[in-house]
Amino acid sequence: MFENVSAEMLGNIYVGLLGLSVLLYAILDGYDLGVGVLIPPRTEAFRDDMIASIGPYWDANETWLVLAIGLLLIAFPEAHSEFLQTLYLPATFMLLGLILRGVAFDFRAKVVQVKKRKWDLVFKYGSLLTTLAQGYMLGIYVTGLRTDIWAQAFALLAAFGVTAAYAFIGSCWLILKTEGELQQKAYYWARRGLGILAVGIVAVSIANLTLHDDVRDLWLSAPWGYVLFAIPVTCFALLALCGVLLKKLPDAQGKGEWLPFFIALLVFLLCFAAFGISYYPFIIPGQMTVMDALSDANSLRFLLVGVVIVVPIILAYTAMVYKIFSGKSEKLSYY
Amino acid sequence: MDAFLLSRLQFALNISFHILFPTITMAMGWFLFYFKLRSNISGHPVWMRMYRFWVRVFALSFALGVVSGVTMSFQFGTNWPGFMEKVGNVAGPLLGYEVLTAFFLEATFLGIMLFGIRRVPNWLHTASTLIVALGTTTSAFWILALNSWMQTPQGFEVVDGVVYATNWKEIIFNPSFPYRFVHMMLASGLTASFLIAGLSAYRMLKGDDKLAPKLALKTATYTAAVLIPLQIFAGDMHGLNTLEHQPQKVAAMEGLWETTEGAPLLLFAIPDEESKENHFEIPIPYGASLILTHELKGKIKGLNEFEGEHPPVAPVFYGFRVMVGMGMLMLAVSWIGSLYLLRKKDFPLWLKRTFAGMAFSGWIATLAGWYVTEIGRQPYLVSGVLKTADAVTQLPPGNIALSFTLYLVIYTVLLIAYMGTLMLMCRRAVEIEEITTEEREVAKAKMQPSDPDPATV
Repeated sequence: MFENVSAEMLGNIYVGLLGLSVLLYAILDGYDLGVGVLIPPRTEAFRDDMIASIGPYWDANETWLVLAIGLLLIAFPEAHSEFLQTLYLPATFMLLGLILRGVAFDFRAKVVQVKKRKWDLVFKYGSLLTTLAQGYMLGIYVTGLRTDIWAQAFALLAAFGVTAAYAFIGSCWLILKTEGELQQKAYYWARRGLGILAVGIVAVSIANLTLHDDVRDLWLSAPWGYVLFAIPVTCFALLALCGVLLKKLPDAQGKGEWLPFFIALLVFLLCFAAFGISYYPFIIPGQMTVMDALSDANSLRFLLVGVVIVVPIILAYTAMVYKIFSGKSEKLSYY
Repeated sequence: MDAFLLSRLQFALNISFHILFPTITMAMGWFLFYFKLRSNISGHPVWMRMYRFWVRVFALSFALGVVSGVTMSFQFGTNWPGFMEKVGNVAGPLLGYEVLTAFFLEATFLGIMLFGIRRVPNWLHTASTLIVALGTTTSAFWILALNSWMQTPQGFEVVDGVVYATNWKEIIFNPSFPYRFVHMMLASGLTASFLIAGLSAYRMLKGDDKLAPKLALKTATYTAAVLIPLQIFAGDMHGLNTLEHQPQKVAAMEGLWETTEGAPLLLFAIPDEESKENHFEIPIPYGASLILTHELKGKIKGLNEFEGEHPPVAPVFYGFRVMVGMGMLMLAVSWIGSLYLLRKKDFPLWLKRTFAGMAFSGWIATLAGWYVTEIGRQPYLVSGVLKTADAVTQLPPGNIALSFTLYLVIYTVLLIAYMGTLMLMCRRAVEIEEITTEEREVAKAKMQPSDPDPATV
């Protein structure tokens, strides 16, 4: 099967799949990481309800990361080893964060009240460690895996930017899935997150222009330049709209509660598109192109059979689960 | 210490920790499906209560398996870049199929299993349980196909030092795959059986006289009693397959330094790599030849034929004996337990204690078995194709030492927390688990007058 799919075509298909996985990961695990980051450290109020809101989803959300890293490993092995060897320590910290929050989620359900508090904090700070590490890795990645002081500074900025973005989409998720006091609190978190995120997008956009000459050229030339400038402008329009909504919705008796999450989703999509357009055809910005890193075409054709059959099924049953658990989340119970 | 040793230690730590949890969940998925089916058929609330208790054990084990598995998918690239550079064209698609066909299935439908019981129709909840069980088994299929290919590679060609796939059917169904798959699935069945039996016995020791732990103990004991002879047979077949394809591994397992006709079976010995001999041997004459060649005077190749190409002897030799010893213990305990059950007698105190003590015995046997087969493949990462030392990273050893230390600390804490939490769940189930009014109504409606009163179960 797929014998007449060329290597170039395969490169594009797999980089597209990789992009899809990363995007879905950022949105889906993004909101549940964000909910983790938002867990109030000193008070126990809301914790059960916050965790109940992500209960049925987080496992599958994290699987998109496994697929993304898997696709990088399978289709672009050189990029995978280059990327992860340069980012060995941040990747290790990210994994430790993921381990801690993943297990804390399950442990908290099974232990007595005293220990439950400890696992809640493990969940919160594990989530925070993960989001900071992911942001840092994203920052270094965008610089083309540089490790000088400017790249580090940019990466730190990205670490906070990504954490803010996750916290923002996490609070939008809570607006959608919860009610009452927690929902009011989520509106407050979302308003705060929105401001930080807007500053972050400006900062990252400007820094982005200074990093790679060819990216700057692309941004400053027609026709892609128009598209690329339209993206941050649209983002800001959406965020401004979201700011207005976040003020009005608390008094709207539950109408339009899905809007903030939908806007957050669009903002993620737009930011991701801007990155994609800026850096394609590079798999590591300025260093390695998709075709440089592509593995054997025949192996990728063999896997493509599975991809074509299975990925639509995965998307279908993922949608089914979101439909099953749609509406406000239920009180926490563990079976 | 250098990057090579540290990377090996780190990967060994990670994969040893990881395998503990899939070993439980692969078979426990099927136990849960069985409980759910029995519940659907009989309507007796005890089956659903068992389901609820064990699905939580399943979820906790699954979470630990997921997070430690994610770690490993990163380490391929960080610590063993040579692995993907050389054999990525084979390993990649097999890993890819695992993620696509198994991971999403398990993770998504586990959500329905755990949280969906009031939101979905019963048939969908049952189907989700079946899908998760199929998912864990599918996952084992792909990863064992890859591992077996690393042991007995075929269906490829090497061009300019890089492996290219030529025949996927040969790659997946390589010579050791069917044996390893069956051996591992049975190992999982035994591990889950002894865990269920052990924790149920522990509950009973803590004064739980409800029906649920008794029934779980019975189900698991019978399952173990049936699986263990099958496992001994499958293990023997796997050994013969190894003799054919990886004779150096068998030579190390048997502690056989020189090629021998009529080799003894060593019950115990201390292999000495320096002097190439064993100390304190307790041999059964002709035993090894009889088992491996089915002839008293059968010839078995010794380690002398694989100079510089054979694995370190002691860990393989001891690992094999620990695995077999544990298997024999499982045989004895599960059959004695079954005898009591068949004669409708309660377990005496010592037997309950033995089962409780053996709750995690499957882990020991599984780890020992994996050490035999993985260390037995050394010095190669892919037999005859890629040496382990040629795949390692050039990372600074200090970085690996740091990550290794962090993993070691976290995994130790998690292992203690996991075992402690399971015991805690048992003790709490003794106190608080009881059937709801709703369950009692269902039970009354469906049960025969001769059945026990659901209030007492």
